[in-house]
Amino acid sequence: MEDWDKEMEKKWFTISVYSENSVGLLNRISGIFLKRHINIESLNVSKSEIDHVSKFTIVVYTTEDWVRNIVGQVEKQIEVIKAFYHTDEETIYQESALFKVASTLLFDERNIQNIIKDSNSQIVTVSRDFFVLSKTGRRNEIDEMYQQLKPYGIMQFVRSGRIAVSKSEMKISSLLKEFNQ
Amino acid sequence: METLKKEKTASTKQSTKRISGAEAIIHCLLAEGVDLIYGYPGGAIMPLYDELYKFQDKLTHILTRHEQGATHAAQGYARVTGKVGVAVATSGPGATNLITGIADAQIDSTPMVCITGQVARHLLGSDAFQETDIIGISTPVTKWNCQVTKASEIPEVLAKAFYIARSGRPGPVLVDITKNAQIDEFDFSYEHCKGVRSYNPYPKPDIKAIKEAANLINAAKKPFIVFGQGVILGEAEEQLKTLVEKAGIPAAWTILGLSAMDTDHPLNVGMVGMHGNYGPNLLTNECDVLIAIGMRFDDRVTGSLDTYAKQAKIIHFDIDPAEINKNVKADVAVLGDSKVTLDLLLPMIKTNSHDSWHNEFKKKYEIEFDQIIKNDVYPTKDRLTMAEVIEEINIASGHKAIIVSDVGQHQMIACRYAKFKQTKSNVTSGGLGTMGFALPAAIGAKMGAMDREVVAIIGDGGYQMTIQELGTIFQNKTPVKIVVLNNDHLGMVRQWQELFFESRYASTVMVNPDFVKIAEGYHIQSKRISERKDLKATIQEMLASKDAYFLEVKVEKEDNVFPMIPSGASVSDIRLK
Repeated sequence: MEDWDKEMEKKWFTISVYSENSVGLLNRISGIFLKRHINIESLNVSKSEIDHVSKFTIVVYTTEDWVRNIVGQVEKQIEVIKAFYHTDEETIYQESALFKVASTLLFDERNIQNIIKDSNSQIVTVSRDFFVLSKTGRRNEIDEMYQQLKPYGIMQFVRSGRIAVSKSEMKISSLLKEFNQ
Repeated sequence: METLKKEKTASTKQSTKRISGAEAIIHCLLAEGVDLIYGYPGGAIMPLYDELYKFQDKLTHILTRHEQGATHAAQGYARVTGKVGVAVATSGPGATNLITGIADAQIDSTPMVCITGQVARHLLGSDAFQETDIIGISTPVTKWNCQVTKASEIPEVLAKAFYIARSGRPGPVLVDITKNAQIDEFDFSYEHCKGVRSYNPYPKPDIKAIKEAANLINAAKKPFIVFGQGVILGEAEEQLKTLVEKAGIPAAWTILGLSAMDTDHPLNVGMVGMHGNYGPNLLTNECDVLIAIGMRFDDRVTGSLDTYAKQAKIIHFDIDPAEINKNVKADVAVLGDSKVTLDLLLPMIKTNSHDSWHNEFKKKYEIEFDQIIKNDVYPTKDRLTMAEVIEEINIASGHKAIIVSDVGQHQMIACRYAKFKQTKSNVTSGGLGTMGFALPAAIGAKMGAMDREVVAIIGDGGYQMTIQELGTIFQNKTPVKIVVLNNDHLGMVRQWQELFFESRYASTVMVNPDFVKIAEGYHIQSKRISERKDLKATIQEMLASKDAYFLEVKVEKEDNVFPMIPSGASVSDIRLK
């Protein structure tokens, strides 16, 4: 660990960014991480609870000093309305994953059915050649399912970025009102 | 973009008229009060230049010799006028050549709008001739940027560009306009931008924080003010002076804050930072309340943060929320425009004086004068020093000149010794440290303040990075005074090599051309001096000249700039030798 990393403990932080939906903003936001040599562990962009306002959910593993610095710089961007950061304890968060597995396994390997049942995953589709499982949950739950399925062969796997809502309020509507006064 | 349409707009709406996108750009510039722009033509921006030809009686275009020069000239203009500087370039290399100036304007909070041409919409992404992703390239160094691919988008985007560039903490904005958008016609009308819903440039002052600040200041025994460019950008010079005088607080400046307060004011105690004055640096670690106004605790100001003003309560006035607690934790943060927040603070401030504390600064100054300033300004050795040249300019100009400095030893000497009575008079590249800044910036500064003397102080290294702008000076008969302090070295790097790299002078010796002949080639009156007996008369001759004047002063080759806080050391470890 380098000197400048020593003082504070690194943690997982979820950054929530409310913004306009404009071309280039993703580049502008990711550049802030790049400039500080901080890796984005997960990224999700979607609509938010407010019409015409987008929400970025970004996960980083860093110190609180850095996450505060980053949120300040993100918030400074013209098209960003407000940015927040939260620790894992302060959010409700999930990820989604899709597993594509050979159909033969469903009939030949009895344990596969147990894995599906125990993991609370869903069968999205079944075809002659493959079936697709979907699993929503914490990353460790998805990782666990991955490990269980791996010995049987996973044809394709994909996991989404983290999506999260904070336990505390994120007052965007009132902020927008204030800006426009 | 639906959201753009929702922005509040001015009530004054012009009647519509069918014109080309290029002509629309001209009308937008005129509507924003622009009468002078800098730039360089090329393929993708030719429709705009065709309109500039038609509108040359209303809008002056200055052809620089390189697009970087256009940005620095626009910066120089912006820094002395407080208005938005404008630079124009074509696509591809024209656009990429703007980047250094844009990065400089970003870190030094200079309002600037850059307009670049771009290949036509249907060619985007085809690797067309002179196509480059200037939006992608400029994103990290612009306050905002936007690509326009339709003529009808031009008025709204340019209105927003000017609003963003000048409001809040100012900065550079780049608008990239495809060639088809310049050629196509549309029904033009213009509305000034009055707000962007996701952007809050002027945070509302928090009265509670201001009261807390006032209480700390009123109770302080050893208060100390460090002011930066935020005072100049917020036009809060009078408020600063009133605060300093009413509360009797010694005040020091960062190099971008220089000239916000008369350098001869008794409570102006000098400069902070790596080559700042001895007292302000040392006493940073003895004050009990540090009042930072419109400055951002740059590492060249603070030295090691672990040992910076740990004993003091910190009050930080700034317009940019991202600056609060970024480098130094504030005990009290006052967000807002410096003029607004200081106006609210002043009635709460008790009249006071801190004579014995102020005396500490005077004592430290005496030490610095004895060990450094005396030898710098009144040398007894044969060779000329940089500081005595600055002092002669002070005397001859009566502290009234605008000083534009480049980057390096001469810059530190100019900032240490130049005297100012008037604000917006010190133009230098502070944050980015861009060698080559001064010559083009001086052109912009002169054009922005034709009634004032503009003296560029440049080293022999930086001068040769943008020396071609002598052509711009010649063509436009711009009466700037250019002083090259020639030590035949990259002096600041040489100094670091001597002090920290055991005198291994790697690539810092400059074998220089005949600068006087080069200036003569551009028909600029010029002179070279190397002896003290010629200094006073030559400076007087230079300042008396109504035209541009080039002066090369051969100075001592191996002088170092002191005091000095070595990189990463504490302000308390400031070295006098």
